[in-house]
Amino acid sequence: MAEARTLFDKIWDLHVVDPGEDGAALIYIDRHLVHEVTSPQAFEGLRIAGRPVRRPDATLAVADHNIPTTDRSAGIADATARLQVETLEANTKAFGVPYIPVDDIRQGIVHIIGPELGFTLPGTTIVCGDSHTSTHGAFGALAFGIGTSEVEHVLATQTLIQQRPKTMRITVDGKAPAGVTAKDIVLSIIGHIGTAGATGHVIEYAGEAIRDLSMEGRMTVCNMSIEAGARAGLIAPDETTFEYLKGRSMAPKGAVWEQAVTFWRTLPSDPGARYDTEITISAETLVPHVTWGTSPQDVLPISGAVPDPAAEADEARREGMARALDYMGLTPGMPLSAVKIDRVFIGSCTNGRIEDLRAAAAVAKGRKVAEGVGAMIVPGSGLVKHQAEEEGLDRIFIEAGFEWREPGCSMCLAMNDDRLAPGERCASTSNRNFEGRQGFRGRTHLVSPAMAAAAAISGHLADVREFQ
Amino acid sequence: MEKFDTLTGVAAPMPMINVDTDRIIPKQFLTTIKRTGLGRHAFHEMRYEDDGSEKPDFVLNKAAYRDAKILIAGANFGCGSSREHAPWALLDFGIRCVIAPSFADIFFNNCFKNGILPITLPQEQIDSLMAEADRGANAVFTIDLEKEEISTPDGRTVAFQIDPFRRHCLLEGLDDIGLTLEKGPAIDSFEAKRAQQHPWL
Repeated sequence: MAEARTLFDKIWDLHVVDPGEDGAALIYIDRHLVHEVTSPQAFEGLRIAGRPVRRPDATLAVADHNIPTTDRSAGIADATARLQVETLEANTKAFGVPYIPVDDIRQGIVHIIGPELGFTLPGTTIVCGDSHTSTHGAFGALAFGIGTSEVEHVLATQTLIQQRPKTMRITVDGKAPAGVTAKDIVLSIIGHIGTAGATGHVIEYAGEAIRDLSMEGRMTVCNMSIEAGARAGLIAPDETTFEYLKGRSMAPKGAVWEQAVTFWRTLPSDPGARYDTEITISAETLVPHVTWGTSPQDVLPISGAVPDPAAEADEARREGMARALDYMGLTPGMPLSAVKIDRVFIGSCTNGRIEDLRAAAAVAKGRKVAEGVGAMIVPGSGLVKHQAEEEGLDRIFIEAGFEWREPGCSMCLAMNDDRLAPGERCASTSNRNFEGRQGFRGRTHLVSPAMAAAAAISGHLADVREFQ
Repeated sequence: MEKFDTLTGVAAPMPMINVDTDRIIPKQFLTTIKRTGLGRHAFHEMRYEDDGSEKPDFVLNKAAYRDAKILIAGANFGCGSSREHAPWALLDFGIRCVIAPSFADIFFNNCFKNGILPITLPQEQIDSLMAEADRGANAVFTIDLEKEEISTPDGRTVAFQIDPFRRHCLLEGLDDIGLTLEKGPAIDSFEAKRAQQHPWL
């Protein structure tokens, strides 16, 4: 009998072009997403070496990181951002790479549009010059972020030289209680294993609470795998996956669709397959989470209090905590639900999909954003924005006092004008609370979309369960 | 890519854990379309005051460490964003070797593509190297990649290990795209087989 293999093993084995010597295998890449910030130097490298793009048809480019989320009909005012977008347009044209223009309804964050268009498919290898490429693992695709030199390598060869990563299975047993979302599940996992807990590993998420998630929720979980240090996150494809993909514009059609689904059903890990590391978490005891510090691992239940560094035994950690609290302007012992906020950001590749906007709208409906709070909704793509408008979510948000923006990465990384002022505190649905991430000296608390909406209404971090 | 065989220079101590790539090079400098010129922005928020003057306490602003070629840092160095601007900024500053107890995967990979050697050592060894690096301009270390050895200011020798393929590429300064293109026929036949088995791709 053949050896039991994991989902990861199956995808990896299927993509080895050359096992190589010294543990460095040559891996075929099925799908390559390209954006404006990490690609200019890669195209420049191709140009200097006189190399073409090997598979333009397996490549898809879009601008998302630095573009404004205000009205874009008159172009991009910021000269450096405009040059980067124009460079992407010129490069994709010169190399024949499909490009979604800024004014196209399909424009959006790379990790939102790949799945939405059916470019992301189970059993594939997907890369992008962006660490949150792990998002696509929700479909049972081996998807990981790469640097610009590797972007150039993939453009030129459609392959990458990779060391085989280790495997980790995180099983989330049982059903998640009301108010506990995919974001809370992944934040609690990161709090549990730490920001480097999965370094060198590909995580496979399993268990009832994961299977119960929609594709949107699964993408949120896989998206933040990198925040636990993982190379990638994976979830076995199932009926939920196929249902989501069927009929998407770039997904297979007709008889080929049936052939693809038959293959995709063979992908889930075999019973008895072995992982390098196994972790089990119970979903039933989970509660909504919020970060208090400057690393995604600095996370606690909303019912908790700001921790005391004096209680930490490890010196490096103690110093890190003290520094984080100083930066965040928080004092030990303060209840997290008493922390007042200035801004709210709902969007990003973590939480900028339709289900996220629905969850936020359910809390915002018939309520008002607290006085003095600036709250912003940035849909993950033009298609998400359009669907939200069809469902009337935009009206709910606008009536509640939220700003309704154009799609892009926005204040997740604050490369455009959407950023915190020094000292401002934000409840954010994004993925990183690093120092300065959302703006110089800005303070970020990571939460789910429903928790972000609850914070916007309350004017302070709040427990969304009190809104239901 | 510039070869890396031996490197002799001052090592700067940066005993912080989780130094993320946003910290190494903040987003406002990512709008460049070039690889060069990022050195003056490296560690921007730790390195400069609001008025643009240097913070005297930051290690790389101290006279002894201004020409540091080696950085000794805490665990999980380079976590977060995949931005290759982080190793570009280090390289442009003059850093060609980072020594830490652990690195984030993408940053670790990116270093090798740019002729930077990331060395992973156990925490106790990092602590002792850090103590020697604290001696300022006298903290001259030599890294020998061929022998996989660090010579410290105290005359100690510390061994390290690098994956053989990556070591070979660094020693020879190889362009790995060129190496892969030599495997063109294998890629061609892989694609032909895949088109037949998985016609939807």
